[in-house]
Amino acid sequence: MFAYYFQLGLRSLRKNPVLTALMVMAIGFGVAASMTTYSVFRATSNNPIPQKSSQLFVPQIDNWGPEDAATTMGEPPPAMSYTDAIGLMRDHKAKRQTILYPVGVSLIPADANLLPISERSYAVYGDAFPMFDVPFLYGGGWTTAEDDAHAAVVVISKAFNDKLFHGANSVGREVNLDGRNYRITGVMDDWNPQPLFFDVVNSSAFPDPVQLFIPFTRAIELKVATNGNNNCNKSPANDGWEGYLQSECVWLGYWAELPTETDAKAYLQYLHAYSAEQQRAGRFHWAPNERLRNVMDWLDNRKVVPPESKISLLVAMGFLVICLVNTVGLLLAKFMRRASEIGVRRALGASRKDIYAQFLIEAAAVGLAGGLLGLLLTGVGVFGVSLVFDPRIARLATLDVSLVLLTFAVAILATVLAAFYPTWRAAQVQPAWQLKSN
Amino acid sequence: MMLQIKPILSALRRHKAGALLIGLQIALTLAIVCNALFIIQQRVAHLSAPSGIDEANLLVIQNDWANKWTTQETDVQVRTDLVALRQLPGVHDAVASNAYPMRGSGWDQFITLTPDQTTPTGDASVYLGDEHFLDTLGVRLVAGRNFRPDEVHPIGNRENVMSPVTIVTKTLADKLFPDGEALGKSIYAMTSTPTVIVGIVDVLQTQSLANWQMKHAYESLIWPLRAASGTGIYYILRAKPGQLAAVRKEAVKTLYAQNRMRIINNDGGVLDYTQIRQRAYDSDYGMAILMGIVCAVLLAITAAGIVGLTSFWVSQRRKQIGVRRALGATRGDILGYFMTENLLISLGGVLLGVVLAIAMNLWLVTRFEMHRLSMFYVLAGVLLLLLLGQGAVLAPAIRASKVSPVEATRSV
Repeated sequence: MFAYYFQLGLRSLRKNPVLTALMVMAIGFGVAASMTTYSVFRATSNNPIPQKSSQLFVPQIDNWGPEDAATTMGEPPPAMSYTDAIGLMRDHKAKRQTILYPVGVSLIPADANLLPISERSYAVYGDAFPMFDVPFLYGGGWTTAEDDAHAAVVVISKAFNDKLFHGANSVGREVNLDGRNYRITGVMDDWNPQPLFFDVVNSSAFPDPVQLFIPFTRAIELKVATNGNNNCNKSPANDGWEGYLQSECVWLGYWAELPTETDAKAYLQYLHAYSAEQQRAGRFHWAPNERLRNVMDWLDNRKVVPPESKISLLVAMGFLVICLVNTVGLLLAKFMRRASEIGVRRALGASRKDIYAQFLIEAAAVGLAGGLLGLLLTGVGVFGVSLVFDPRIARLATLDVSLVLLTFAVAILATVLAAFYPTWRAAQVQPAWQLKSN
Repeated sequence: MMLQIKPILSALRRHKAGALLIGLQIALTLAIVCNALFIIQQRVAHLSAPSGIDEANLLVIQNDWANKWTTQETDVQVRTDLVALRQLPGVHDAVASNAYPMRGSGWDQFITLTPDQTTPTGDASVYLGDEHFLDTLGVRLVAGRNFRPDEVHPIGNRENVMSPVTIVTKTLADKLFPDGEALGKSIYAMTSTPTVIVGIVDVLQTQSLANWQMKHAYESLIWPLRAASGTGIYYILRAKPGQLAAVRKEAVKTLYAQNRMRIINNDGGVLDYTQIRQRAYDSDYGMAILMGIVCAVLLAITAAGIVGLTSFWVSQRRKQIGVRRALGATRGDILGYFMTENLLISLGGVLLGVVLAIAMNLWLVTRFEMHRLSMFYVLAGVLLLLLLGQGAVLAPAIRASKVSPVEATRSV
């Protein structure tokens, strides 16, 4: 029966090519607009570390007080001061923890004819590698002992290893960074979480892959300034690097791994106790104000999904709704024009259910055609996304199998949904009345 | 015309569903088109915001140091670089700074009028530069004086150097001292050391163009400090007219010849203002294009929908039209009938649409820090959709008017 109704549907669609084309186009454009903007939204709202996103947390401590928090609706600063980051690190209350900040590190090639190059780098603790599930091709991260020793060690990316060592196992070899030699402890496999969840505070959340990691303790010893944001609520009281480290300027990221909910609750209590201690010591003149957010909450709080992405997705959804209203109207016109045909079919014994089946299948055929056109246009749209969005975001929007399937599903489902009212009207046709009037 | 409204209404009652669908479609289209046009206007307004600098002749070189030198060592490098750059034949002037206008992010500094004030009066974008800064960027001094060479000092990473003098933009001066007497006054940058306003410049765009900075648009200040940061600095070059391309080629070569322990990125290390503008306003430009496409396609689909349904109505009513024609109605009467019918539906649609448009805008205002929709865009949208409706109905209505009176006598 399905095949027969499908054939009937196709025949009927051929009968009014203009009306059919209008419907197919409306659905095609509506679906394509939604799918294109959805592909961007999907990329920007991606969970970059799904297996661990509920176990990794960003603590925030209010070291600026209510006057500054008033401008951020009570939120503590989004980064940490050196004093607090080191304080939390010393207490070591989480299973794993790291302080991190972006550093500008330059590679000085051994070949004196080559120019130095700068690489995207971060200063972290050795805990960061198992915490962030960083995959390794060769070797691994450095040890806690090396953290404590401010060791000159480095973890490099696969791309960096390919460039310098042509893909060979370079563990144990040395590279010259900023004029000093660093021993390679590990070569990462391809690793580029998007958004770069562990540092969305500094610059874009969708940057190029990180090439180098060096120990935080060493970067601080060498007085390497942050390559990212630094915010001060007042000028540091003392001069120089030491004065800067003692100041309330916030510039450091902090991550804690807390495997269970109980751990997270305990850690939040610890943060509260830590702030209370600072208050007792006279450093904070206000009640403790702390936050603890996991990866997805943190990305949401930092508004990683650009407003352009949300607005365009919303507009595209509205667009699809209008296209569907349009389709309801056109299907209604198309079905009601065949009132006499329906009358004949009903008089010859077709039940209402048969009419429903026939017309919904016909609508599904329209949806299928709309989906095909929509897929084509989505392809064009995804290709053209770079015209509308930041190229770093645009390159994340791709037309993969799941998007293709979704395009068809949305097109057919939406059309069938739109066909319900016109089909109901068609099924209401009274055979006697139709036969009599003619 | 007016006489026809009653029969039209009673006829519409028999096509409730179709009429409602067209009305709903017009309403939704209006809601989206109004807001989209408004977004376009806002984004385009950003694009045309003046920067106050000689964009056509400016070049920005991002220079990172490969060796981590002390502030003194870095300063020697910077000064040598500047001498070399200023001697280039195509270069009008050059300066070393911490940032450049429209960079996207940078250094902003809360400004207060007294040292113990807790709520800042202004939030200024901070530029560092020597006495060549104004001439290099082509910023116009409207009051006071430029920096003197003896006022310029080097500043390294995280060093607390507070310059005793500053030059501010007119916008910042007016914000801090609304009575217009800013020259010679002391201001404070969240420390107890004052800095005195010695000059006022006309317009100087801020480094960030983000929403928060828009509340402090055009609030910029310059301190006579030579950026000698160990990590990196920006060289801003102003080429002589028509020499930009030549300077672009020469400048990087000159810098590497002076000292090769530096990093100037091949990709994005050297930018002219066409590129900087494109980077800064990429999302604005993109949003405007996207909204434009959405509007155009949406209007086309709505028009197509109206054509489709009206055509159906015409074919359904051929017999009635024939009867009316036979009873003496002119072609104009029939044309008028369908046009009026569409106008009535459209009016209902736009009425609902205005409500939806405003509701949608209010929601966007709360969620995305957008501005309130101006009534101009609502009226423009209403007019656009009414015209669209009339235009779309024209073809089927003309076809209806051509129905011959003979149709009355035929059975279907």
